[in-house]
Amino acid sequence: MATRIHPLLGAFAILVFFFLLAPLVIIVGSALSDTTFLTFPPQGLTLRWFANIFQMEAFRRTAITSLQVALLGTGLSLLIGIPAAYALNRYRVELPRWLSTLFVLPILVPEIVFGFALLKSITIGLGLPVFISLVVGHALLILPYSVRVVGASLASFDFSIEEAARSLGCPPLKTFMTVVLPNIRAGVIAAFILAFITSINDVSVSVFLTGPGISTLPIQILAHMEQFFDPTIASVSVLLMLVTVGVMAIVEATLGLTFLTK
Amino acid sequence: MTVSLTIESLSAHYGTTQVLKDLSISVAAGELVSLLGSSGCGKTTTLRLVAGFLQPTSGRIRLGNRDLTTLPAHARNIGLVFQNYALFPHLTVLDNVAFGLKQRGLAKPDRTKRAMAMLERVGLAPLADRLPAALSGGQKQRVALARALVIEPPLLMFDEPLSNLDAKLRIDMRVEIRQLQRANGTTSLYVTHDQEEAFSISDRVAIMNAGRILQLDTPEVLYQKPASAFVARFVGFENLIRMKVVDRQSAIVTAEATGGTRLHLSQDLFGPIKDDFILACRADGLAVRREGEGIPAVLGTRTYLGRAYQYKCETAAGEITANGPLSDPLDAGARAVLTPLPEQCCILDPEN
Repeated sequence: MATRIHPLLGAFAILVFFFLLAPLVIIVGSALSDTTFLTFPPQGLTLRWFANIFQMEAFRRTAITSLQVALLGTGLSLLIGIPAAYALNRYRVELPRWLSTLFVLPILVPEIVFGFALLKSITIGLGLPVFISLVVGHALLILPYSVRVVGASLASFDFSIEEAARSLGCPPLKTFMTVVLPNIRAGVIAAFILAFITSINDVSVSVFLTGPGISTLPIQILAHMEQFFDPTIASVSVLLMLVTVGVMAIVEATLGLTFLTK
Repeated sequence: MTVSLTIESLSAHYGTTQVLKDLSISVAAGELVSLLGSSGCGKTTTLRLVAGFLQPTSGRIRLGNRDLTTLPAHARNIGLVFQNYALFPHLTVLDNVAFGLKQRGLAKPDRTKRAMAMLERVGLAPLADRLPAALSGGQKQRVALARALVIEPPLLMFDEPLSNLDAKLRIDMRVEIRQLQRANGTTSLYVTHDQEEAFSISDRVAIMNAGRILQLDTPEVLYQKPASAFVARFVGFENLIRMKVVDRQSAIVTAEATGGTRLHLSQDLFGPIKDDFILACRADGLAVRREGEGIPAVLGTRTYLGRAYQYKCETAAGEITANGPLSDPLDAGARAVLTPLPEQCCILDPEN
């Protein structure tokens, strides 16, 4: 027995999907257009704009920087975030409540303000080199994801297991590595992916922290678009989308996507 | 290698609240002692102090001739069984049991052999490859028991190990725990709030309240000769009657309760009686008779217990619960006399 759907509801649903997907279709179409300007529908079909990306040194260089920053930044944020999430859950009763709010501040503060604050504090204040500033800035930007997502899996962790391990002769640090970590593995992977994607797509913080000679891919895309309005931009965007889809596909195949939304 | 556990004047605080007050207890080698009390009495705190999860503010904990007081938890070599089992969810039953052996540096074939032998003893060898999530509550607690026993600790501690199991399984498990503990001769400290459990499993029971041990004795002594009103009430003396001696004639003492009720009590039967005392009687310890010497009472509600009728009685000394024979049921409102039976009553010092 088919459920009757109100025609307006159906139309509304179609519109939602249209507005969600249409921009992506337009980008893919524009990337394939055989013209020197961005246009949709594509006029003629070519892959030369994709080839163009790989010929442009700036894109290659910034893509590598983006990957390095995302990997190092995510690693750094997990290095801070996992112990922080652990402490916030383990000593929930003893610690003041505002402390856990502190770790979400980077996503509560407008990103542009956060970026500017980072510029003032780490690039100008501490005088750190551009690359290090980028890594540190990104690590701070994505720290909330590490703390929150790892914290979510720690919330259901039974800390008496840790006591059991210690009573059996396992020292505290080893207990953390052999008993706690394996049981929050899913949370750590989810945090890594969310943080990595956030970092690789970030514009507003990077725009303040990039400097002479060192830039990230999204910033390079912006810069390129200001000068040339050709389909290269669209093809880079398609590649970025494909990377994201690829990561998601790996997650889906290995762990199931539901655990990102848990 | 069995050793004794000695706790000397242990005190502990949570913030500024003192939760343990100068607690001393000694568990002989191979003995099982229970800490019994309601929640918040300090029994779990005591166990966590001995385990090394909490630090005392003063006092010492010794196991044999080793001073544990400042040792970290992982260096104490104590087997622990938790209320919620606390199995490692990511490890199989076998790896759970072998965990402690791995920490002790045993080679894999060796620890597998010993873990399997221990699993045989608790009857779980066929489930060695399962994950804890695939076990029932009783099976989980057996794994936890095997995991604690396999390291052959000089001291075993149990923190309400049976509270999460259903009634039937609780009784089976406590017999099993007692057998394993006896067979290994392991000195044990057992924490519970369940009196029946404590009495059935222990050599001695410490009744705790407000961070102190009120009485530490064998279950028999606790049950028959509680030392204080609190312990008497705890072990099921329903009636505590405050009395004053008014006359002494050799071994017979005449005592008066509030309301003027007088009783003649023999010191040969009840033991020495001080001028001020509490007569503690179980419901079974008061004979309900139509006439004779005793506490005059007006009977209230009658409840059928299977082995006797229980009456709520109005007396000049207050409400008293007494059990009468099945052969002679009395109706509400009837007059009767309640006679204390020495073997089911005891004399308490109100100052304890």
